[in-house]
Order: sequence, then C-alpha cells, then structure tokens
Amino acid sequence: MTLPLGYFVLQQGHELQAAQGHAGEAFEPFLPGLVVLLPLLGFLLNGALALAASRRSAEAVRGGGELDFFQGGKRPLTHVLPTWIGPGVIGLAFVIVLVNFFRMLGADLHEPVVRTYWTWMATGSLQVDAALQLDQLSMVMMLVVTGVSFLIHIFSVGYMGDDQGYPRYFAYLNLFVFFMLTLVMGANFPVLFVGWEGVGFCSYILIGYWFSDREKADAGKKAFVVNRIGDFGFLVAMFLIFTIFGTLNFTEVFEAAPATLAYGGALVTAITLLLLLGATGKSAQIPLYVWLPDAMAGPTPVSALIHAATMVTAGVYMVARTSVLFALAPVGGLSVALIGAATALFAATIGLAQYDIKKVLAYSTISQLGYMFIGVGVGAYAAGIFHLMTHAFFKALLFLGSGAVIHAMHHALHHTHNHADPQDMRNMGGLKKYMPVTWIVMWVATLAIAGIWPFAGFFSKDEIIWYAGARAAGTYGGWFTLIWIMALAAAMITAVYMTRLMVMTFHGANRTGQEEARHLHEAPWVMTVPLMVLAVLSVFGGWVNVPHAISESFLGGFGLLPMTEWMHEWLHPVAGLATEIQAANAGDFSHHSPFGGGELLWALLSTAAALVVVLVSARVVGGFKILPAHQSREPSGFKKVLFKKYYVDEIYDGLVVQPLLKASRFAWKVIDAGVVDGIANGLGHTARAAGWFGSLFQTGSVNTYALFLAIGVLVILGVIAF
Amino acid sequence: MLTEALVVSAVLFVVGTFGVLVRRNAIIMFLCIELQLNAANLSFVALSRYLGMDGQIFVFFVMTVAAAEAAVGLAIIISIFRHYETVSVDNFNLLKW
Repeated sequence: MTLPLGYFVLQQGHELQAAQGHAGEAFEPFLPGLVVLLPLLGFLLNGALALAASRRSAEAVRGGGELDFFQGGKRPLTHVLPTWIGPGVIGLAFVIVLVNFFRMLGADLHEPVVRTYWTWMATGSLQVDAALQLDQLSMVMMLVVTGVSFLIHIFSVGYMGDDQGYPRYFAYLNLFVFFMLTLVMGANFPVLFVGWEGVGFCSYILIGYWFSDREKADAGKKAFVVNRIGDFGFLVAMFLIFTIFGTLNFTEVFEAAPATLAYGGALVTAITLLLLLGATGKSAQIPLYVWLPDAMAGPTPVSALIHAATMVTAGVYMVARTSVLFALAPVGGLSVALIGAATALFAATIGLAQYDIKKVLAYSTISQLGYMFIGVGVGAYAAGIFHLMTHAFFKALLFLGSGAVIHAMHHALHHTHNHADPQDMRNMGGLKKYMPVTWIVMWVATLAIAGIWPFAGFFSKDEIIWYAGARAAGTYGGWFTLIWIMALAAAMITAVYMTRLMVMTFHGANRTGQEEARHLHEAPWVMTVPLMVLAVLSVFGGWVNVPHAISESFLGGFGLLPMTEWMHEWLHPVAGLATEIQAANAGDFSHHSPFGGGELLWALLSTAAALVVVLVSARVVGGFKILPAHQSREPSGFKKVLFKKYYVDEIYDGLVVQPLLKASRFAWKVIDAGVVDGIANGLGHTARAAGWFGSLFQTGSVNTYALFLAIGVLVILGVIAF
Repeated sequence: MLTEALVVSAVLFVVGTFGVLVRRNAIIMFLCIELQLNAANLSFVALSRYLGMDGQIFVFFVMTVAAAEAAVGLAIIISIFRHYETVSVDNFNLLKW
C-alpha cells in the first residue's frame, strides 16, 4: 500500500462541484478521505498486532510446543488492543459519515461532489484519478456499510473472543471495510473496481479464516475463482465504456450516455449484459451463485457482514450506479430483473430443505439479492437500494442471531465433548428457553424478511414486487408479469423456510441432549446489544420509504405514524435521469397490478398471505417429528433434490470442473510432458548419440590415431593436388 | 642428382610411415618416426642446393628436436616397460574417453 496517508487527509482536493445556481446551501463534505482511511489504519494496527502474535506463536512451535494465548486466563496485549481498535475505527468512520449525511440533508445537492486526490494513472487518452464521489446513493451505502459494520465488529468482540487469531481477524475485517468504502465511494470505474476486487480478496481470506481446515480453505478458493468469471464481464464492460466515451469517470459517462448511445442499441445492451455478468458473480445470482453457500465456512459475523449485508450487495449498487446505461438498454434491464426473479425463486426453494442454519440463511440471502435485482432491473432503483438497506438490517440480525445460537451450541457441545454439528438445526430445538433475547430478535427479523406489516421487509419487498407488476403494461409486459408472479411466489416460500428455521431452532422439544442443555446460555451483552439495535432497525428501518398511498391508509395509521417517502425523493438526483429515459421510451409505471387492484390492496393481500403462511407453516413444522442429525435418515424424493440443491454443484462439476481438469491433464501429460519435454529431451538424446558415435574413433590405440593422421594428410594432399 | 635424392627421400619416408602404421613394437615405431624425420632432412639438404641455405639450417633444428624427442620418448618407453613388461602398443589403450 503506497497511499500517502497524510496527503489523503489533509489535501482537500479540488472539487468538481457543479453548482448550477440552485437555491439552498451547497454541500461541503466533511473529511471524506478519512472515512476510507480509518478502516485502513485499523487494518495496519491490527495487522501489526497479528504479526507480533504470530511471531510468538511461531517461536513456540519451533520450540516443539503450541502457544495458547489465553493460558492462565490472561489475555496478552495483542489480543486486547484489537477489541478497541477494530470496532473503534469503524465507529469513528460511522460518525464522520453521519456528519456528512446531515450536512447533505441540509444542503441542496443535485450533482455528485467529486474529491480528486491524485492522478492514479495517465496514459494516452486514459486519465484515471484517485477520486471519491459523494452523492445520495453513495451516502446511503456509506451509512449502511459503516453502521452495520460497526455493530458486527462489536458482536465479533464476543463471538471471536476465544479465537487464537483474534488480531488477525480484526485486521481482515477492517481491511474489508476499507475496500467496501472504496467500492461505494469511488468516482470512476477503476476505483470502484479496486474496491470490487479488494472486497473479493477479503471475502477469500475471511472464508478461509480457519485455513488449517482444508474444506474451509477450498470454500474460499471457490468464492475467488467463481468471482473471477464475473470480474471478466465487468472488465470487458469497462473497456467498452472507455472506447466509447474516452473516459471512465461516472459523472462524465452518465452525462454523455443518452446522447452517445442509441436507445436499445447493441452496444449499450452488450455493456449492460457484461456488467450484469459482473454483478451476478459478486451478488451471487444465477448462474454464479454457487460460491455463497460454501462461503458459510467463514466465521458467522463474516457471513453477516460480507455475505449478507454489504459485499454481496455490490452488484445491486453497481447496477443502480450505472442506472442510466440500464435504462438505455431495455433488454439489459429486463435480464437483470429476470435473473433476479429466477434466483429469488430458485434459492428460496433450496432454503426449504436445508438443515444447516447458516445454509438456510445463505440461500435466503441469495433469494433476497434476487429481489434487489428485480428492483434495479425493472427501473425502481430507489426500491432496490431500499431493500438493500432493510435487508442489511434484518439479514445481519438473522446471521448474528444464528451466530449467537451456534456460539451457545458450540460451547454446550464442547463442554460435554459431543461431536454433533452445532449448526445443524436438527440438533437444536427449544432454544427459546435458554436464549430469550436471541429468540425475540430472531422472530423480529423473520417477520421482517417474511414481509409482514409493519416490519422493514414488508415495505421494501412489497415495493419491489409492486414495481415489477407496474411495468406489465409497457414494453416486454409479459415478461414483467412473469417476474411479478415469480416474486410473489418466492415471497411466500420465504415465509415458509424462515418459519421452519425458527420453529426447528427455538421451538418444540430440546434435542441437544440433557447434559448439553445445562450448558446452553444466552450470549453475553456485547453480542446481544448489537442484535437489539439491529432488531429496532428491522422494525422501523422500513418507514423511511413508504408510498403516500400506504402511509395515508390505515396501514400507516392514516398518516399518524412517522412514515415518509423520503428515500425515493432522496435518491431522485441519482436515479432521476434513468427514470426519465425509461418513462419516455418504455412507458411509465402504471398504477395497478397486472390483474388490477391498486398498491394498497396488494400490500394488504401480500402481508395477509405472508401472515397466514407463517402461521400455517409454524403449525405444520411444529407437528413434524424431528430427530437429531445422527438419527435422521437422508431425505428422499423431491425433498432430496432440494436438499442436494438441485445438484447444481454436481452439474457444474461435470460440465465445467471435470472437463477443465481433463483439459489441464491433457495439456500437462500430452502437450507439456509429451511435446515440449519431448523436444528438449530429444535434443539432449541426439547430442549424446552423436557424442557416443564420435567416441568410437577414440580407441586409445596409437596405431589408429596414426592411421587417421595418415589418411588426413593424404586427403589434404589430394585436395591440394587436384 | 636432385631427382635421385628426392626419390630416396620419398622411399625412406614411405617405409617410415608404413612402419609406424603396421608395427606394434614401440621401439620399432620410434625408429620408423626417426626414419621419417631423416627422410625429410634428406629432402631439405637436397633442395638447399637450389633454394639457399635455409634448408640446411632447418636440418639442424630437426636433428636437435629429434634428439630431444628420442631422449624423452625412450624414457617413456622404458618406464612403460617397467610397468607392463612389454613394449607392444596394443597394450597401451587406456588413454581414451
């Protein structure tokens, strides 16, 4: 890292603020560079502590032993300081973001504020600056990233407290936040790409955090390799954009796009489809979602932060950021929505049959990301980002809650030397008695994700479904009707699998075993407090973007509840241009669903349906006879297909991995060992054979030499004479 | 006169060469080499009559070298004989690859 640190903070940069004579105060950013730098500083400090700790540990190993940092109940300094540094830097960054947020709220901002720090590269006509951009969209993302990260960092203090690699863990986590902020704040494609790759790398090292376990290290590798496929699409899209526009800065590209690119043209469609390929990799959509379930091998707070709340939403953010391009390419937008709908439905059905609590949540995340894709795909960018935010709240809560459960299960099983799987829901049951706080907050998150009024997920998910249906009257209306139906179906399945998770984990009879049950306990406050904060956000987080039709009906207490349509208006300066382009060419959103009925009616219908589904599936799952994992049989029939995740991993293995392995083996055995080595060895063998032949003339006998000498003289004389 | 001298020289040289190639006794081979050298000497002396004194001076050089060679060569042969108790060159073929 060769960032001139002080320069970054002190240099105010020159602004490209286009104040076009607007009324209201201009937005003056407050230390935006420091927001990015603080997590990096945390990484450096924690990284130094981790190196110091690893040196001690390596010395112990060389001495023939193994070092236990917590021996004698005393924590060394290397394992104390990260508790303060790790969450501390993120908390500070969050405060700075809040200051900026309130400044932006008070200001009248129509164009992004770009802070240019230094020229990163300038070759030929390509000029890329290390620049950060502040606008309404990046502000929402910064708030979500730093806010949720802060809570998860605090939770990690409790969850990872007993881990030998404690400083290393916080170093990685801080580094991740640094790259994630680079991603959402970058003012041009290359800077975004740096963040994009950086979070991918952090995801890799954190999935494989317990790298001594081969399976976990392989899961990290899988995530990395699958993401490369998506990155390829992103890169090619970036190259295309550069060849067309001659610049990679967001503001310039999006300003020029409507005039430069023909609506629905092949070029813009190609760019959007390539960007979509990139987004499917990072945001775990069909066909590149396979890495995310495996990514659950990482520590649970990592799953909450990276694989639920922040990194996986990068694809959604990227589509929203490039909304102008997607609005210009109706096929690109439709593809985004279709892939989202397919993924939402597909992943939700897999979630129905998983037993690992984190696997259920992983498929749930993929499914919810599908909803966000529907949102940004149909052109409802505010709705997509809104769901991104609420999902960050309730899914982080679900993951952290499952982390608390796993933590308790792990301790209970550890104390009794039981080798059962602490993540298998068949081994749980009846935990509400032991972990009441976790139980309550998990139910809050479940109701939120199931889309039940007045929880956050109700407003965000319903809005996405609504907008998908509202495009059924325009271009490609048939497709959007299909997407609308798939999204509704997936919403119902979501309610089922989440209720199943809750009932299997917290209700019914306890299946851990009697001795184990005595060791079950609620998580410490450092873990439960973040849960409670997230629970509050999961309830009220949805109230910031409620359409008037709903907030003024009885669902909004006839306008008495503090609900606003704030986010929609807030994101208008960013998404407005795309919305106009779409309205002008593909038709505006209609005010009724494909089958008639207004927004209020469908909101009522869906929440009522979700509630019924939750109640029914709670009864049904509660009636199942569930046995602990080691006593259960393998599922059969279609349930087995679901349990095996539609055999997608096996299909990919057969279609991609094995042919690739075979091709590599061919290249190794035939081309390399055969042809290349054959040529090299053949030359050697030829030289040896020639040498052997020549050595035949060296008999060691003087007479032979004399004979050759005589023959040689005769030949020379012959040549001279004739 | 010159023709006869050169003919004798050529005959002597061929005899010497033939001896080196076909005989196996190291001493005989050594004598044949001397024969070749002196055949060359005879040619030098004969031709010096027409081409100046250079040839005669050359002969002195050849004789000096031949004497030195004889001293070293015979010493080597004696040393080999002491080791193998034979001077047949068929037995000395170790000096190869």
